[in-house]
Amino acid sequence: MASLKDLRNRINSVKATRKITKAMQMVAAAKLRRAQEAAIAARPYAERMDAVLSNLAKGVASPEGASPLLVGTGKDDTHLLVMMTAERGLCGGFNSNIAKLVRNDAKRLIKAGKTVKILAVGRKGADNLKRDLGKFITDRVSLVGIKKLGFDKAAEIADKVMSQFADGAFDVCTIYFSQFESVISQKPTALQLIPASLPDAASSGAAAADSVVYDYEPDENEILDYLLRRNISTQIFRGLLENAASEQGARMSAMDNATRNASDMIDNLTLIYNRQRQAQITKELIEIISGAEAL
Amino acid sequence: MAGTFKFELVSPERILMSVDVDQVIVPGAEGQFTVLQSHAPVISTLLPGVIHVKSAEIKKSIFVRSGFAEVTADQLTILAERAFIVDEVDPRQLDEELELAQRALDTAETDDARLHVTRAIEQLKALIGEAA
Repeated sequence: MASLKDLRNRINSVKATRKITKAMQMVAAAKLRRAQEAAIAARPYAERMDAVLSNLAKGVASPEGASPLLVGTGKDDTHLLVMMTAERGLCGGFNSNIAKLVRNDAKRLIKAGKTVKILAVGRKGADNLKRDLGKFITDRVSLVGIKKLGFDKAAEIADKVMSQFADGAFDVCTIYFSQFESVISQKPTALQLIPASLPDAASSGAAAADSVVYDYEPDENEILDYLLRRNISTQIFRGLLENAASEQGARMSAMDNATRNASDMIDNLTLIYNRQRQAQITKELIEIISGAEAL
Repeated sequence: MAGTFKFELVSPERILMSVDVDQVIVPGAEGQFTVLQSHAPVISTLLPGVIHVKSAEIKKSIFVRSGFAEVTADQLTILAERAFIVDEVDPRQLDEELELAQRALDTAETDDARLHVTRAIEQLKALIGEAA
């Protein structure tokens, strides 16, 4: 049985832990708000882009002349999986859920005889896959030290993807990120980037503009090509923002749980501590009384 | 004088500007064009250059690196990857942009590209001069 002093030390250390988790939870809550605002602020751009793009893509007459970004290379032998995770842990199942989705897909593709390449954004996901799929990780992008996620980072990742695509290094590109649904729910999501999966024009919110007949400068195909390339970085940016919000949300609920657990533990330990203290007092009294009686 | 229409400048990060304006000059891919109210619907890509926005109250210059413009009868939306509203940003950012453009000039491969970048550099220099 632990001595009173041991118990006291235990209680103090759990209290210290609780202070840390509580602080982390509050920091995550503040960051979550900012990440959510950023995600919402980025929405108009992506929506516009989607609307114009799907409008244009509908008008593409023949698949032969269309950009390979839209219709693919005609093969699907090599897959590039862009896995977006966080740089830091302590956020519940956030990183491992994304890694799990990537792992499942990668294994399925490998079994089907395809070649798999993984581009790991963020350290945690790469660490998770290192043991069994480490040899498929062809490239990494670090997010260390980024305070505010800018479009530049997304453009950098998009450039990597585009230059590999231009070299014919892969046929199909899919990005993996966590869709932010609410603080307690983040959904790991796979989104195919190349060939582009376009949303229906009707559901993209700008359906009213679709009826207008536009003039195009330069011609439609050139604009479509330009937009498809822009679309890659926009989608990656969206993934990064969703991920940032999800990460903070996951961390917040994980730390909330940890704080509650610490409180429960403190309550339990305090109960044991008090019981032992009383037992000791009783014991000492008995010793004194029986000593006096013996005289 | 023609009526006003809505002008929106959207960057990937946020909406930078949303105002009612009289007239906007846009550096389109096939030459500059001026948008007034009831302009025919056009979608055009942009070259690096300066957008001039004018209304009764405001007159602003915005430098964009690339992007595209969507014109409808009562609205002009510009999706710009990088945009600087000249009066509002740190002049140093413009200097940085100029440096980037100059580097782009060195790596430009076609005459066309070189021409565009040269033009952008000239306009940037003029803007920096204005701001100073």
